[in-house]
Amino acid sequence: MNTAKPREAKIAVTNMNFWYGPKPALRNVAMEIPPNHVTALIGPSGCGKSTFLRSLNRMNELIDNVRMDGHIRIDGVDIYDRNVDVVELRKRVGMIFQKSNPFPKSIFDNVAYGPRINGVHDKGKLEELVESTLRRAALWEEVKDELKKSALSLSGGQQQRLCIARALAVDPEILLMDEPASALDPIATAKIEELIYELKSNYTIVIVTHNMQQAARVSDYTAFFYMGELIEFGETKKIFTTPEKKQTEDYITGRFG
Amino acid sequence: MSLRKKLLGTSVVTLSALAAFLIITVVILVMGTIIVGGKDAFTWEFLTSAPREGMTEGGIFPAIVGTALLVVIMSIVGVPIGTITAVYLSEYASSRSILARSIRFAVNTLAGVPAIVFGLFGLGFFVQFVGSGMDKVLTDSTDLRWAQPNILWASLTMALLTLPVVIVSVEEAIKTVPAELRAASLALGATKWQTIVKIVIPNSITGILTGAILAVSRGAGEVAPILFTGAAYFLPHLPGSLSDQFMELGYHVYIMSTQSTNVDATRGIQYATTLVLLLLTFLLNFSAIFLRSRLRARQIT
Repeated sequence: MNTAKPREAKIAVTNMNFWYGPKPALRNVAMEIPPNHVTALIGPSGCGKSTFLRSLNRMNELIDNVRMDGHIRIDGVDIYDRNVDVVELRKRVGMIFQKSNPFPKSIFDNVAYGPRINGVHDKGKLEELVESTLRRAALWEEVKDELKKSALSLSGGQQQRLCIARALAVDPEILLMDEPASALDPIATAKIEELIYELKSNYTIVIVTHNMQQAARVSDYTAFFYMGELIEFGETKKIFTTPEKKQTEDYITGRFG
Repeated sequence: MSLRKKLLGTSVVTLSALAAFLIITVVILVMGTIIVGGKDAFTWEFLTSAPREGMTEGGIFPAIVGTALLVVIMSIVGVPIGTITAVYLSEYASSRSILARSIRFAVNTLAGVPAIVFGLFGLGFFVQFVGSGMDKVLTDSTDLRWAQPNILWASLTMALLTLPVVIVSVEEAIKTVPAELRAASLALGATKWQTIVKIVIPNSITGILTGAILAVSRGAGEVAPILFTGAAYFLPHLPGSLSDQFMELGYHVYIMSTQSTNVDATRGIQYATTLVLLLLTFLLNFSAIFLRSRLRARQIT
């Protein structure tokens, strides 16, 4: 397996196995995700890429009857260690879901949700934070006059960028994105991709996508999963032009999946 | 299509229409009888004055206030307990755990217990056990203060009776809060408790209100639980403290139609009292529906 290793890994996964009940979902996965780059996870439905993504901030724990072994280290610390506070972990590792899920609150309250649960209640400070976060998510110009309006009144693409802003507001180091643009039209998708491109200098981004072009456009590294196994991982350029494995090539060229 | 099938189809439609019509007829008959019988006695004075002349004259003001106080105290106690139980059942307990299953079993059993049994339980537990215990601890004299029926014990008994209604409707409401919202909150580093307080409960507030309304409607209509725990036969003044007895509309109708000194003379008062009870329930329901639609509108905009 071709394991790209530029600098220190931000996320290092070794010998990871995962089961839903008796059914194995991931087998012996090892991967080193570099910091401040975009890593795309691709593969056919049910290949385990979303399971892998969700185990990076321990969201899988919300499902009953799952089991995992192996190690996932972030900055060298095993996030499944019993001393790790999962609440603190999720503040460091933000997540964007496939279906945009803004809270049925105002735009302002959505962005301020994270800071508030962290104990920021000063109005001026919150206003400042909301503005700077919305600017980072490239949404400020569109919503600055209607911060009090319901987040649900925004368009689908705006809602998804609001969710990104909401995640950025707790100042994470890593952003996990689970097919963030799969329900959006091409223009909204382009805006999300542009945003991902801008964010990667400050964040480590891991994105699951079904869209090959998207993976090729936004990512620096690509991991191809198939039937619960990591088949190939390397620089996107290389995976898309000269993959080492036949399965990777077949999938990328659209022969299956 | 054969004639037989056609006939069968027609008769099924006719039968179900008749059944539906029967329900409406019954409602209209009940309402009509009550309105016709009570309209003469239903005056402003009737609503605002106390009974006189051995309850053959005068009004039902104490019973109106007593009923209102009963359902208010009942709600203050029952709705929070029911909501917390529902939150525990749906958010914390795994559905297969023995504890959760036994709570559910208890709730279902509680819902099926006849109201009179609650009344007897209230008498035995609240009045005779808790009440006399309080008297022993709080006072030196042998006077009965808490160890007798009063509005507090009646409300607590009623709260027990309506608890299953609250639990079931709040739990249903909590279930409708999308899992994505919970996931979003948790993924932002919120604790489970923060997620419940900031996302789950605000988004099921209409369901919690519905539960409270249903409990109040149920409670306002029951007489048996308060029979031995606090309702007074005749009490021309209003309850001044939690240890006072009170008059109640449903109970008032019952005693006037069975124990009155002159049942025929009070016929109009009985109908009018029933009318007030119905109107009170309708009023509560409508104000709650109004509140719900206001809340819903606020959530959307």
